[in-house]
Amino acid sequence: MFKTSSIRSLLVAATALAGVALAPLPALADVESKDPIKLTLHDWTGQLITTRIMGEVLKKAGYNIEYVQADYIAQFAGLQSGDLHVAMEMWETTGKDAMEASLKTGKTVDLGETGMDAKEEWWYPTYMKEKCPGLPNWEALKDEKCAEAFSIAETAPKGRYLGGPVTWGGFDDERAEALGLPFEVIHAGTDAALFAELESAYQRKAPIMLWVYAPHWAVAKFKGEWVEFPEYTDECYKDPKWGTNKEMAYDCGKPFGWIKKVGWKDGEKKWPGAYKAVRNFKIKNDEMSQLIVEVDLDKKKLEDVVAAWVAKNEDRWKAWIK
Amino acid sequence: MSSPDTYAGTAAEPRRKGWQFTRWHGVWGVALFAFVMFWLYGKPVARWAFSMPRDMQIPFKRWISTFMKWLVDEASFGLFTFTELTRFIAAVIEFPYKVALSFLSTGFLKGQGSDAVQILPPVSWIAVIAIFAMIGYFAGGRRLAVLVGACFGFLALFGQWNNAMVTLASILIAVPLGIAGGLMLGIAGYRWKWFALFLKPLLDLMQTVPVFAYLVPILFLFGFGPTAAVVATIIYALPPMTRISMLALRGVPDEVHDLGRMLGCTGRQMTWRVLVPSAMQGLMVGVNQVIMLALNMVIIASMIGAGGLGYEVLTALRRLDIGRGVEAGLAIVALAIALDRLSQALATRSRAHHQEGSATGSFVQRNPYTVASGLLVVVTGLIGLAVPAVQTYPEALQLSTGTFWSEVVKWININFFDELEAVKNALLLNVMIPFKRFLLGLPWLGVTLLLGLLGYALAGWRLGLMVVVLAFLIAVTGQWNKAMVTVYLCGISVVLACLFGVPIAILTAERARLWKWVEAVIDTLQTLPSFVYLMPAVMLFRVGDFTATIAVVAYAIAPAIRYTAHGLRQVDPQLVEAGTAAGCTPWQLLTKIKLKLALPEIMLGLNQTIMLALSMLVITALVGTRDLGQEVYIALTKADTGRGIVAGLSVAFIAIIADRLISAGADRMRARLGLKR
Repeated sequence: MFKTSSIRSLLVAATALAGVALAPLPALADVESKDPIKLTLHDWTGQLITTRIMGEVLKKAGYNIEYVQADYIAQFAGLQSGDLHVAMEMWETTGKDAMEASLKTGKTVDLGETGMDAKEEWWYPTYMKEKCPGLPNWEALKDEKCAEAFSIAETAPKGRYLGGPVTWGGFDDERAEALGLPFEVIHAGTDAALFAELESAYQRKAPIMLWVYAPHWAVAKFKGEWVEFPEYTDECYKDPKWGTNKEMAYDCGKPFGWIKKVGWKDGEKKWPGAYKAVRNFKIKNDEMSQLIVEVDLDKKKLEDVVAAWVAKNEDRWKAWIK
Repeated sequence: MSSPDTYAGTAAEPRRKGWQFTRWHGVWGVALFAFVMFWLYGKPVARWAFSMPRDMQIPFKRWISTFMKWLVDEASFGLFTFTELTRFIAAVIEFPYKVALSFLSTGFLKGQGSDAVQILPPVSWIAVIAIFAMIGYFAGGRRLAVLVGACFGFLALFGQWNNAMVTLASILIAVPLGIAGGLMLGIAGYRWKWFALFLKPLLDLMQTVPVFAYLVPILFLFGFGPTAAVVATIIYALPPMTRISMLALRGVPDEVHDLGRMLGCTGRQMTWRVLVPSAMQGLMVGVNQVIMLALNMVIIASMIGAGGLGYEVLTALRRLDIGRGVEAGLAIVALAIALDRLSQALATRSRAHHQEGSATGSFVQRNPYTVASGLLVVVTGLIGLAVPAVQTYPEALQLSTGTFWSEVVKWININFFDELEAVKNALLLNVMIPFKRFLLGLPWLGVTLLLGLLGYALAGWRLGLMVVVLAFLIAVTGQWNKAMVTVYLCGISVVLACLFGVPIAILTAERARLWKWVEAVIDTLQTLPSFVYLMPAVMLFRVGDFTATIAVVAYAIAPAIRYTAHGLRQVDPQLVEAGTAAGCTPWQLLTKIKLKLALPEIMLGLNQTIMLALSMLVITALVGTRDLGQEVYIALTKADTGRGIVAGLSVAFIAIIADRLISAGADRMRARLGLKR
């Protein structure tokens, strides 16, 4: 067993070297295993794009790829048992708990960051600036008139802030209290509900303040801004004395969140080259936002957008699979 | 502390004949008085009776999580482990699924993943439509053929063909397995009384524990993918088949039994040749239910790797592409209608044509449909090689509602938002929120004992005890407050569903034409994934309890309408005539005769409305409610098996308490009205 596998990996290394040295084309079919690597697809465009890019690149390297539709959280069951192999986007806010629980079992492995930073913060459409001219500075929100502009019958005279689902965390209740913002924090149940409310308010030019994150199509579709809170530092979340409120933590904005890749642990032995490529995968926020806009707003076909990216960025992905 | 004793004391007194009526009034008076006093003044004395302190809670969550871990990682039968067993079952299911999927969607492949090469294309869209239309013609004549053809045509026309075929493949595996399994369990329950007793609570749990609660363990045991989805679908869709099988078999007349015995049937012959055919009509109701419930699961199945139409709905709504979501949702409805009508027609036919079966003529004459289907597949397959449009429906001919639905919602949103908001606020501020506060303020101990007393009064100490134990378990696992929010949401929704549903049924039950339309609408509401109308509802009513209520009412109104109409229609016409002869006005006829006689059916409808409302709970968590549904959903996102199952069981307990109390109430009512059942 040991012998053959070590000889095989030597061969693979040799052919890979030869491939790099000799041919501009990647070494086709000289991969560790031709069993399909299963990449998971979730239900939002950005993730579909990252996964397809990774998949197409691995195909170019000669790997056998299979895309499997799976729920963002439920997929961990599959990743642990080896039914699924690689998940391309695990967001710090929404997936950290499930991911850490899974890593603790020792059956999954952290494959590093994607290079994208999730920007997450309180967000309002630009037309709200008329009613609350001090924005985007957060101190404008302390003004009661300004908060009332964001209110609805249930919350008046306090403003209404629509936060993410409770499972996302984010400490918005604490933030509002620590910064003395006269806002009531309401939690949406899902991502879809969050943006359904934004779309509705935007159509009516009605007041709304909500949790928006990027990369996301909403930022491109709707004109608006993030509130500028005091910048996040680790101390702000840990040390009550930090910042304007000397008695409470969380008197600052949200941190940028990582977006990581996760995989089935034993897959690293089975397809070392592929896992290395996944680890190497890096893409920038702006780039991703552009791709999302092309798919969601310009209504281009996802496959075409991915193919165009792959054609244009050959140097980059060649370095991943080296 | 004194008040609980009061209940126990009064409730334990034996009943005496003659005195019963006034006596019970007295008991209730005392019990309610004690309850109100305790509620108002008990809090400082016995805080623990209002909210269960943390250190008194039993850590079921942890125990269940530990047990599941053991089951997945260690449980073993000696030769093989438990996981190996479930994986084996998964493999057995996967084989026919792969075959069905190859026929309908992917074609027959050599190799795996992106390396796979297609050897044979899938059956062409023309052939699939034609074959299903032919089955329709065979089972129900030209009209059914046109209907079924139109349903499948819709799938092609709106570009949902491939997704729909993926969904159809898993339905084609899950439904027969569900029917066969359900029938087997039903027969076993019919044969052995003890088995039926054991089965009943199990079936209740299978139907009422939200699927999200046991999704994670299923994924571990059966692997991630379509097979796990099929297993989850079977668990959810099988119970009505079992229930109805037992009922239908018991309903076979004694004469038929006697006949079987006189002919000297063996046990097996008796079951399969005599009883099952005689009970066919009842069994077909079960088949219909299995199909409907299996299609209900399409969305959840798509979350665990089944793909298909459910996935399309989810992705479309995540982009807020309402039009695409509606189209994919309606495709599910189209599939449901086609399969349901086909199964019903086949059942009628199998009864009507039971003896025919001509055995003369050539093979072609004997099997015209099979031969035609085979020819169609081959011919369209061959032409398809040259003309791609025959193989796959051409993209250029696809229709789309485009932005139509989004524009509709936008128009309503811009023009009527304020009016809608006013209605919402009125209901929310005056009814819903006060009711919620009221329920949350009640002491769990008092409510538990009062429910127990109600159970005892309706059907004796067994029911009373069961209700107390179940309610106590909810409290002791620390779920009481979330359970009360659940009761509040479901309660309001059920009341609204009945307020709308019962009058609709009264108005349309005896007008056949109108009824057809109503039936079409409620069928659609039941099979259209709620996600499709949930997001527009959020746009118009914001996130929160009101939106959740709308979604629950839309889904749960169907049984309120259906059972009421059914009850009204089966009122003995002689009694109505007698009423007319006695000079009743139409209003009196309705209130004094028809509704009274239909009451048991209406109660059953109420029961089903509650069950459906509870089964919608997890969905309401998606729009930000804070009930048990949310607890189940959070547990899913944290992959916390124990937490999910405990919350799921609490939902089931609420359902069982409501079900048993209402059934007992309906039985008493029947007895009082002198109706036999």
